[in-house]
Amino acid sequence: MTPTPIWRRYARMFGPDPAADVKEELSFHLQAKVDDLVAHGWQPQAARDEAERQFGDLHAVQNIGIRMGEKMERNKRLGDYWTDSLHDVRYTFRTLRRDPGFAAISVLILALAIGANIAVFSVVNTLLLRPLPFPDSRQLVWIAPPPTACGLSCATYSADAYEEFREQSRVYQGVTGYMAFSTPDNMRFTGRGEPEPATSFEVIGDFFQVLGVQPAMGRLFTQDESRGSHPIALLSNAYWRRQFASDPSIVGKAVELDGTPVTIVGVLPDSFDFGAVFSPGAKVDLFTPLDLNQERDWGNIVTLIGRLKPGATVAQALDDANRVAPNLYFNVKYPQTLGRYKGGLIPVPLKDYVTGKLRQSLIALWCAVGTILLIAGVNLSNLLLARAVARAKEFAVRGALGASRGRIVRQLLMESLVLSSAGGALGLGLALMLIGWLAHQGSVALPLLSSLRIDGQTLAWTILVAVFTAMLFGLLPGLRIAGGNLQEMLKDSGPGAGMGRKHERVRAGLVVFEVALACVLLVSAGLLLRSFVKVLDVDLGFQPDRAASIKVEYDDSAPTEEARQSKRGEIFQQVIARVSALPGVEAVGISDYLPLGPNREWDTPVPQGKIFSPGDLPDPLVYVITPGFIRAMGIHIRGRDFTWADGPHSERVVLINASAARVYWPGEDAVGKILMRDKEENHVVGVVDDVHEETVEGGTGSQIYYPAMQQGPSGAQLVIRTSLPPATLAASVLRALRELNPNQPAAEFRPIQTIVDRAVSPRRFFMLLVAAFAGLGLLLAALGIYGVISYSVTRQAQAIGIRMALGATAGHVQRQVLAGTLRLAFAGMALGTLLALAVAKLISSLLFATSSWDLPTYLGMALALLLVAALSGYIPARRASGVNPMEVLRSN
Amino acid sequence: MDIAKLEFLRGTLDVLILKALVWGPLHGYAVTKFIRRLSDDVLLLEEGTLYPALWRLESKGLVDAEWGLSENNRRAKFYRLTAVGRRQLRHEVRTWEAYAAAVAKVLGATQPLVPEKIA
Repeated sequence: MTPTPIWRRYARMFGPDPAADVKEELSFHLQAKVDDLVAHGWQPQAARDEAERQFGDLHAVQNIGIRMGEKMERNKRLGDYWTDSLHDVRYTFRTLRRDPGFAAISVLILALAIGANIAVFSVVNTLLLRPLPFPDSRQLVWIAPPPTACGLSCATYSADAYEEFREQSRVYQGVTGYMAFSTPDNMRFTGRGEPEPATSFEVIGDFFQVLGVQPAMGRLFTQDESRGSHPIALLSNAYWRRQFASDPSIVGKAVELDGTPVTIVGVLPDSFDFGAVFSPGAKVDLFTPLDLNQERDWGNIVTLIGRLKPGATVAQALDDANRVAPNLYFNVKYPQTLGRYKGGLIPVPLKDYVTGKLRQSLIALWCAVGTILLIAGVNLSNLLLARAVARAKEFAVRGALGASRGRIVRQLLMESLVLSSAGGALGLGLALMLIGWLAHQGSVALPLLSSLRIDGQTLAWTILVAVFTAMLFGLLPGLRIAGGNLQEMLKDSGPGAGMGRKHERVRAGLVVFEVALACVLLVSAGLLLRSFVKVLDVDLGFQPDRAASIKVEYDDSAPTEEARQSKRGEIFQQVIARVSALPGVEAVGISDYLPLGPNREWDTPVPQGKIFSPGDLPDPLVYVITPGFIRAMGIHIRGRDFTWADGPHSERVVLINASAARVYWPGEDAVGKILMRDKEENHVVGVVDDVHEETVEGGTGSQIYYPAMQQGPSGAQLVIRTSLPPATLAASVLRALRELNPNQPAAEFRPIQTIVDRAVSPRRFFMLLVAAFAGLGLLLAALGIYGVISYSVTRQAQAIGIRMALGATAGHVQRQVLAGTLRLAFAGMALGTLLALAVAKLISSLLFATSSWDLPTYLGMALALLLVAALSGYIPARRASGVNPMEVLRSN
Repeated sequence: MDIAKLEFLRGTLDVLILKALVWGPLHGYAVTKFIRRLSDDVLLLEEGTLYPALWRLESKGLVDAEWGLSENNRRAKFYRLTAVGRRQLRHEVRTWEAYAAAVAKVLGATQPLVPEKIA
């Protein structure tokens, strides 16, 4: 074989062509054969025929050849690509090893940004995107009136209304509900040793069937078991493990609850967390069937949850509910209560009820981490650009040696992909820690938080984010480098040349953009922080600090209501006297209800001698309290508190709050007036300040207080105001209670402040996260500013040296560098303020008592940015002023 | 040629091609000539069948192809044994020899099998 001469090597100049190759190869074969035959004396035409005959089916062979050739070509291209990529990766690792500082900083920045993104994604995924943890959860609806000022009391229905609704509705497979007014530690587990508190929820018999929850052991309740009393219970999985040490034969055993034996019929699966869905932050230990017959006269107590028939829509359910609503009685015994629920039955998807309120906060959070990613990307882009300039020669040499532009861009992209993959992996680790921590924040009242985890979707998101980030920060430097003029770069010997300056303009632009984004984050975080502070400043109507509460057990059983009332009075008086005597205790009182709990209302008292049209009078929130409670809570009162003399036989007395007084007797003094409850006169002996009910942020409605000696309380919360830190009293209070009543369980001694903290915890949660992101954004922006200024100082070292040689002072040089820094910062802030104004408008619904134009926030943001910018400019400025003119001049 | 013979050929063609290339690169036509000559025209009927076999060997990496000039200055595709191909050839030859010896031994038998004593 002779090698192809140079002039014949251009046959495939425009890339490989397998088809032509095959044809050429075969025609060579035939030609050679013909030549041979002719040499043996054949006639040319006969020789050709003979050659073709001996060859066989030329066409078929040719086709096979073309197919195989194309396949080989494809494989070869793929192989080349892989080889090149592997080469790129190896090269990347070599380059990064040469500059470990750069690699470490980039990976860290990326890990923080990507980690934050993963963590927030998994929160968003859990709360917003993923369906609720029930089978066919899209069929589940929550049925409640449109949101109004009054809370749970108007979001619930009476037993009669529930049964009628269930009977008459046509779109549901099942309608169920639970008793809405269960409080934590409402049961005592008295089986063995010291009584222990437990939290129980009463549910309608088919509650779990409608949700689609299967028992882990035993059976569920049946619908019949919500009529008449059945001493049975289902255990939550966690309680079964904790309290019964995962006893595998627990089903069928009887345990003692509140002194009565109750049979355990089953254990619920671990995957079912009632609190996470319906009562964020609460842990529920066991479930008992709700006795609808017994609760019939109790008013609105059950929530409604329905499972739609397959194919039925929420809109159909609404139509159906509007059809049924006018036929519902509040209580069938009272015909005038027919139609009370008209317009008050609105089905919404259960998911919306559980997480709908959080949607906006979550989206805001998502945008915040997205911004962080953008800032990190811009920052990295900037760092890479600086490096790219330093490496311009390397690329120019590679280009001159034949590397195509695409190949160089690919190499740069590979570098960013390697960086962002490392950042992603580290970020995933960070996110895992963050998520693990979040999932155990029982004190944050957010739904579904406990089911937070890293799943396949989150991993997919991680990969997506990492690749996207790599593209984001790798493409710009790559294109700029590849777009540059190779010759110019090769000639460009010093950092003072034109290419460098052009890059610097791009980098300055990037920094301005970065500062602007940080600005937006800072303003948003600032506004949320201001809102949070405002929320904390809200006058709750009581003093939460230095007060604590503990649930008190008592036994007031007696034959008649009056006997019960006086017995209860004596017990409470004893308890209060005993606890008051403890050192450090300032005031003690008992109430059956604490502020910021679920709402409850009894009836509609009417001010004596006044006529109101129905619906004008509020159903006030009810407290049943003892003397001393008002003082122990730190509620301000006008008139007098209840006394122990306000007993079952004396005249009926009540306290009302200022809001109620304004409704009943506008412009008059309510103290001394009389409120009628049916035929019963209630003397208003005092007016107290409005106490926030349900939420810190919401308003307050009417409230009424009854003395525990004249009304039946639904439990007793002992409230203690002390001059000491509340926790120090816990042991002595419990001991005192035990002395009076050996059955007193070791209930939690809860500082009142924790109730408030819990109520504001979602806001605190979001505020802290956004603030952390804003801090991160500020840090990254500072890094960006530092990078650009520092680089420009290095580049201008010669010019600075000359200026200093000509007499410029160090201070002069410093001022000039700082001025450059501040120019960048100001440009960024100007752009950022514009962006922030727009963004602030978007998040205005998340703010509390804070305008989206809040001037102090914007000023604070500006100040913070300027400080950080000045600081990040100061370091290079110091370096610039330290330049030794002679050295610099000599060095070039 | 009957079908059985053709099938037989397909299996052995690969190893014949590899053998043809042992002494240096050849183009397809030279490979056909080599096989035809040495087998006295027995083993190769249609010359076209050689090419798919060559290309298959190329895609498996047993041979390498390169364009060059033939003895009368025409552009021709030359095939060369790769290291893998050379190894493969050695292996095939060994297998073939063992196989042929076994077949020859059986066919050369002169008397029926005497039942062995069970030890």
